[in-house]
Amino acid sequence: MTSILVFVEHKNGAPRRASLEALGAACATGLTPIALATGPGAANAAAPLSAAGAKKLVVVTGADSYSPDGAAADVVAAVKSHGAVAFLAAASSTGKDLLGRVAGLLDCAPLSDCTSLTYAGGTFTVQRPILAGKAIVTAQSQSAIFCATLRPNTFAVATGSGSAEVVSVASAGGKVTVTGVAAKGDAKLDVKEAPVVVSGGRGLREAAGFKIVEDLASAFGNAAVGASRAVVDSHWRPHGEQVGQTGKTVAPQLYIAVGISGAIQHLAGMRTSKVIVAINKDAAAPIFKVADYGIVGDAFEIVPALTEAVKKAKAAN
Amino acid sequence: MKIIACVKRVPLTDAQVKVGADGASIDSTGLVYSLSFYDDLAVEEAIKTKEKLGGEVTVLTLGSSDASKELRECLAKGADNATILLDPNWAARDARSTAKALAARVKELGGELVFCGRVATDRDQSAVGPMLSAYLGWACVTDVIKLELTATGGTAQRETESGIETVSFPLPAVITCDKGLNEPRLAGLKGIMAAKKKTIDETAPVAVDAAVKVLKVELPAARKAGRIVGEGAAAVPALIDALRNEAKVL
Ligand SMILES: Cc1cc2nc3c(=O)[nH]c(=O)nc-3n(C[C@H](O)[C@H](O)[C@H](O)COP(=O)(O)OP(=O)(O)OC[C@H]3O[C@@H](n4cnc5c(N)ncnc54)[C@H](O)[C@@H]3O)c2cc1C
Ligand SMILES: Cc1cc2nc3c(=O)[nH]c(=O)nc-3n(C[C@H](O)[C@H](O)[C@H](O)COP(=O)(O)OP(=O)(O)OC[C@H]3O[C@@H](n4cnc5c(N)ncnc54)[C@H](O)[C@@H]3O)c2cc1C
Repeated sequence: MTSILVFVEHKNGAPRRASLEALGAACATGLTPIALATGPGAANAAAPLSAAGAKKLVVVTGADSYSPDGAAADVVAAVKSHGAVAFLAAASSTGKDLLGRVAGLLDCAPLSDCTSLTYAGGTFTVQRPILAGKAIVTAQSQSAIFCATLRPNTFAVATGSGSAEVVSVASAGGKVTVTGVAAKGDAKLDVKEAPVVVSGGRGLREAAGFKIVEDLASAFGNAAVGASRAVVDSHWRPHGEQVGQTGKTVAPQLYIAVGISGAIQHLAGMRTSKVIVAINKDAAAPIFKVADYGIVGDAFEIVPALTEAVKKAKAAN
Repeated sequence: MKIIACVKRVPLTDAQVKVGADGASIDSTGLVYSLSFYDDLAVEEAIKTKEKLGGEVTVLTLGSSDASKELRECLAKGADNATILLDPNWAARDARSTAKALAARVKELGGELVFCGRVATDRDQSAVGPMLSAYLGWACVTDVIKLELTATGGTAQRETESGIETVSFPLPAVITCDKGLNEPRLAGLKGIMAAKKKTIDETAPVAVDAAVKVLKVELPAARKAGRIVGEGAAAVPALIDALRNEAKVL
């Protein structure tokens, strides 16, 4: 059976949702999906990956601290030994980092951050946004092995049956080593992967103004806080929260923009969100052009009321 | 140390996009170009590194001779040399053919440290830097927000979904620069005058066939028209109702 290799990011064997989505996209091609996981606890991923459609799991051993070039070499070895026709990963920071390395080692043309993927007649076709989402390209790779990353929150997770065969291989190791990670608190979801994102802009007046945004995010329970570049440049919020062309691209179920005008560079980072809500005191703000629902008015009055209403709605569920 | 900064000209981020007549390209008439946001960071980091560790900075682009304007700005800021790998059809190159051509030139120049941007803000691939490292057989660290270098290696910090990673690496290396790494300097008058006298190298890149076939370029579907549900806190119940019963996201 022709196979497709999916790199799975995980924490002690619990796969990241974006990786399960990439596995789902692999399942949808009809090819045999093989997952590859590296690092401590990788073997624990067998059950969740089987449940999400993996037919085989390659566990890379000996890679106790992550090496990006080592991981790329391990992926390439697995692609070759299985005769896989494609390599997929989530378009996360790790996945994007891996893609260029793997494509270079295989001498294939990569396609990153794809928003659709089809496989027909032996050829993969993708869609991907360019120019910060201002245009969508439909493209094919003519390389021997198709290499791509897939945008999180865009592809469906599959359901599998049976249990994936597990094989272990030793890591080749690499030149670059991750020596430490200053983790953000476990409770803090990343803006790229959270199902709900509440973002604030200059309309919040000062860093302390973000309290109302943080409260709304915690009322949802599954929300991350995002920010416009204006507030990141003013050092109100860390750059990791910036949404837009020079920040992160997000596609959550629900994006709430509070006191954000909706500059084209900001829209680039969030316009593919499923539902967009805008709260802005200026009815002519461009953000309302992309919003599904808008409330015109003062954020400091509206957001606390919304927070209470969300809490009630959640409690009633 | 031989330091190279790879830079790309891209349309300004606020550019309006029109699809070309063939339906598979971008109509470039009227587009105004500048260096990609992150490539300014790459140039700054290259010059800072030279100032600290000594050496020579070359800015390298694969593109058209129009790039000489931006390259001269880099020279004015403190780069020593500039090279254009001339390809009138550069926009049709894919990340692979770009990376291969850059790798060949980096080898010819005897480069030991290459700075790239995290991503070029037109095609948004984030691929050229790590691909270049694979073709050179070098170490590579992407999305770097903090960098400490010695003559033989260094440590870097990069931001990921799970937190800030600290990474150690040996030289030679490719580093891709993310926002936060530095604040690019402006060119001074003395630099601008000196840069006018410098020559910009123009040579042909190695030919590599494109392996990405663009079938279609289209504008994104307009979002379905939304609506203002109301004004002030009084509109909150209407919003909750819409999110719950219409959009079904609550
Ligand atoms: C190369 C480049 C890259 C860029 N990349 C990005 C990027 O990645 N992300 C990004 O976001 N921007 C980016 N920008 C910047 C972008 O152009 C805008 O400047 C920025 O998005 C504006 O941020 P803002 O909406 O918070 O602020 P403003 O544009 O100042 O908007 C503030 C809004 O708040 C509203 N407001 C004020 N008070 C209240 C109140 N009490 N209640 C409710 N609403 C209120 C105002 O009506 C206004 O609409 C980039 C720009 C360039 C040139
Ligand atoms: C309409 C159209 C659509 C296209 N769509 C795609 C597509 O979807 N996928 C695809 O692979 N190709 C596409 N191409 C080809 C596209 O030009 C390449 O993607 C590009 O050469 C490399 O990717 P990038 O620009 O995103 O660079 P990135 O990989 O994002 O660049 C990262 C860094 O590499 C360096 N770098 C990149 N390019 C150069 C350069 N020319 N000179 C010097 N340094 C450079 C810079 O430091 C830059 O910051 C398309 C071309 C056209 C005309």
